[in-house]
Amino acid sequence: MPLDVLIVDDSAAIRKILHRVLVQADVPLGKVHEANDGLEALEKLRAEKVGLILSDINMPNMDGIELLGKLKNDDDFKTVPIVMVTTEGSQAKVMQALQLGAVGYVRKPFTAEQIKEKLAGII
Amino acid sequence: MIDRMSSEEIASAVCLAAQDVFSTMLQLPLASDPFHDEAPEPESLDGVVALVGIAGTWIGTGRIACSPQFACRLAGSLLMQPCEAVNEEVLDAVAEVANMIIGNVKTIFEEKLGPLGLSIPTVIFGRNYKAHSAGVPKWTVVPFHTGEENWTISFCVVPTKMHVHQAPRPDAVPVA
Repeated sequence: MPLDVLIVDDSAAIRKILHRVLVQADVPLGKVHEANDGLEALEKLRAEKVGLILSDINMPNMDGIELLGKLKNDDDFKTVPIVMVTTEGSQAKVMQALQLGAVGYVRKPFTAEQIKEKLAGII
Repeated sequence: MIDRMSSEEIASAVCLAAQDVFSTMLQLPLASDPFHDEAPEPESLDGVVALVGIAGTWIGTGRIACSPQFACRLAGSLLMQPCEAVNEEVLDAVAEVANMIIGNVKTIFEEKLGPLGLSIPTVIFGRNYKAHSAGVPKWTVVPFHTGEENWTISFCVVPTKMHVHQAPRPDAVPVA
């Protein structure tokens, strides 16, 4: 079954790079949706169901940690795997994201291989 | 409690972070020259400047300054596509490069300074403009070159008043 993915990042460049990595990865990729921040991600998720979310943390309007908390407290989304892809490298932020329910954490800068390995462990 | 970051510490963190980003995501050569400190006098700037702020008990700003040509080269390497002129896509890519480099400097600093926040990057492109950061005593400037392109990363970081007030006096007697 094709995997629909939502990429949440305020950088169009990072969204483009992650989209390309997903296309290259060995996953049955369906639609790839994009959102500029957590608020836009919630709007997209009301309209489109996805099987995986890749999200940044530092974003305007609603950051990735708040988005993660909202999704994990929502029965419609709490089982959707969320991987944080972020510049935030502090141990406290990593722990916070994992405790809130993120299934993975990839620090920017990243290689395509790091993303693919993370996806392979999840999908 | 630490009350200052030396220019050597700042330059070392900047070089480590830049090298990490250039080797991992840009595949571009990177070499640095010795750092120097600069007074925060507004100077006339040309080209592209990306600014990212840090905040917490310490505050500061990281600044990447480069030519329009090098901004296009950075964006082209990041996006793996040719970029001929500075446009929205190029500015977004430079902002993300700055976000990753300054974000990684912040992570290195956090080991000494405790938790810090990171601002959303701001990118400026123009000719003959001046930039000024209020309350900055000095910038530590690290010159880099990638091939024949010269560019810089500048950084300033100072403790906040809150941090200074929390610092114990050297002659303070510990309470049991």
